[in-house]
Amino acid sequence: MTTDPENAQRHLTPRARAALALGGLAGRASKMTGRGAGTQVSGRVMLAVAPDLLADVARGRRVAIVSATNGKTTTTRLLADALRAAGLPVASNHTGANMPAGVAAALGREPDPEIAILEVDERWVPKVIDPLDADVLILGNLTRDQLDRFGEVRSIAERWRTVCDTHPDLTVIANASDPHVVWSVGGHPNVTWVALGAPWRSDAATCPECAALLTWSADSFRCDACGFAQPPADYRLDDNTLITPEGPLTLDLTLPGDWNRMNGALALTGAIVGFGIDPAVALTGLRAVDVVSGRFSDCRLPDGRDARVILAKNPAGWTEVLRWLEPRATAVVLAVNAHVADGRDPSWLWDVPYELLRGKAVAASGERALDVSVRLDYGGVDHLAEPDPLAAAARLTGDVDIVASYTQFTHLTRATW
Amino acid sequence: MRTSAVRVGLVFPELLGTYGDRGNAVVLVERCRRRGIEADLIEVSAGSPIPVDLDIYLFGGGEDDAQVMAATGMRESGAAIASARSGGSVVFAVCAGFQLLGTTYEANDGEILDGLGLVDLATRAGDGRCIGECVVVPDAATGLPTLTGFENHGGRTTLGPGIAPLGRVTTGFGNGIDGCDGVLADHLLGTYLHGPVLPRNPALADHLLGWIVGPDALTPLDDHLVDALRAERLREAQLTGLAARRRDWHLNRG
Repeated sequence: MTTDPENAQRHLTPRARAALALGGLAGRASKMTGRGAGTQVSGRVMLAVAPDLLADVARGRRVAIVSATNGKTTTTRLLADALRAAGLPVASNHTGANMPAGVAAALGREPDPEIAILEVDERWVPKVIDPLDADVLILGNLTRDQLDRFGEVRSIAERWRTVCDTHPDLTVIANASDPHVVWSVGGHPNVTWVALGAPWRSDAATCPECAALLTWSADSFRCDACGFAQPPADYRLDDNTLITPEGPLTLDLTLPGDWNRMNGALALTGAIVGFGIDPAVALTGLRAVDVVSGRFSDCRLPDGRDARVILAKNPAGWTEVLRWLEPRATAVVLAVNAHVADGRDPSWLWDVPYELLRGKAVAASGERALDVSVRLDYGGVDHLAEPDPLAAAARLTGDVDIVASYTQFTHLTRATW
Repeated sequence: MRTSAVRVGLVFPELLGTYGDRGNAVVLVERCRRRGIEADLIEVSAGSPIPVDLDIYLFGGGEDDAQVMAATGMRESGAAIASARSGGSVVFAVCAGFQLLGTTYEANDGEILDGLGLVDLATRAGDGRCIGECVVVPDAATGLPTLTGFENHGGRTTLGPGIAPLGRVTTGFGNGIDGCDGVLADHLLGTYLHGPVLPRNPALADHLLGWIVGPDALTPLDDHLVDALRAERLREAQLTGLAARRRDWHLNRG
């Protein structure tokens, strides 16, 4: 699909056009000077010039917002590609710039497509929902993530709840297996529930409604005190299959791991319910995705070997990745920083079952290699410690998987996307 | 030398485990085993009564709603905990758990709720959260070295008359009232430090274990990894002036 800027921007005000031009300039300057991908800077300039830009660039489009603690970038990409497989032109913030400035920049770059699939940071959903005039809201999961910065899970659930309470016209697609998500959606009149399963329950011990202890069975939760419970789901993920009202759909994704099946099931439901896409067509789009913003991409080691780079941002994400790594015959580098963007408190290292790595060749790495090393030592995991993840990988033989916290990940993959 | 295994109790991990608090229990158990002392990690699930026969009671950090639930469960088992205390058991509490050792604490809706009342301290909600690396210097008489941890809490804790803190805060906030952090009494220790605090400060773990197995049983262990970690954390937390600004600039980079 080619873009015709003149045609697309004819609806924009002169101020909006100036904002897009100046923002684009700032972004290119930032990229050229090596300060970053340029998306955030570009968006910030745009919003400074035209504060209503988000509404201007979204006007007339059918907008879906995807938010979650884990998986929002991947789910967004999968949904966008499911729609593209059906021949629909889609604009999307595919680099993961998910705050208002980044969203504005992404839409400004792609003025034509009448559909926008947008990943939005959990905290920012209430701020962008009206300017974007969103039609579809897709909510994945809420778990602990960077407590020093974002605060507790509860406060984000309350923001989502306000959005759902005040926007009854939205088409909501939400994960029925996550108590915080279910509570956030409340009694919304137009919700489609997808039961994705709950591998990580440690952040949902108490009832979001009344704070009593939740009772968990193998595949669902309920509160015996107030009756809050997992809603009956219209769509349900069972291993590699999404059970739908019209029958089972086999996912067979190229992306690895159970967590990507959850992302895929959510995206597929979004495509079917939010956009009326034929499931078979949507699946061809989903299956073709192999790399998402550098996730699961390879990076070249100094000795010419390739190492696979996997992002893990919080205990739930790390646990999923370790379960996937355990049966693989690869060496593993654990690259952990504690910058503001990673969360400055790496105490979550002790909530993650690194014991699963016993018997593998393992390296503790990143700026917080020593924290990782002490954790592995008490967990009985033999390892070497080397702060530079590429140097660490070079000291391990065979195929290497590098699991990286956020700033380690962006550093390792910046060259590749 | 005791003949039975040391029973390390991790109380309500689903509620009081927000900040890697399991790590404190793992370190206590492992430091026993490495010395040939048998030790068991006993998890006390939320909703179950807290048993009377634990040697060490660990109360960790938790979110607001979870803290209210944990407080209810702890008060219901208050008699068991008091009985264990009089039999020589140790109480070790972090953050929300530390607040619950006291007489009262303030919930997020402003209501004043009862704690366990094991020690004379009270917690009120403060103006803003205390977040960041924290360095605490214990009184020399304790024999404890400088402690390193990370704090993240909204509470301000006042110690009653004659109640000793764990130490003096040189970086960070701690109790947020009088330049001190935590509480230190016989067989009872509370702190706002996580990180978790015992992996970062093995001497503190051994201090707790000494109350149970006696100091003579605490043969030296190879702590070279954690010594390196401690040195790094203390150096970074204590940077000043330009060096501190450079550190903060670095940590704010994407």
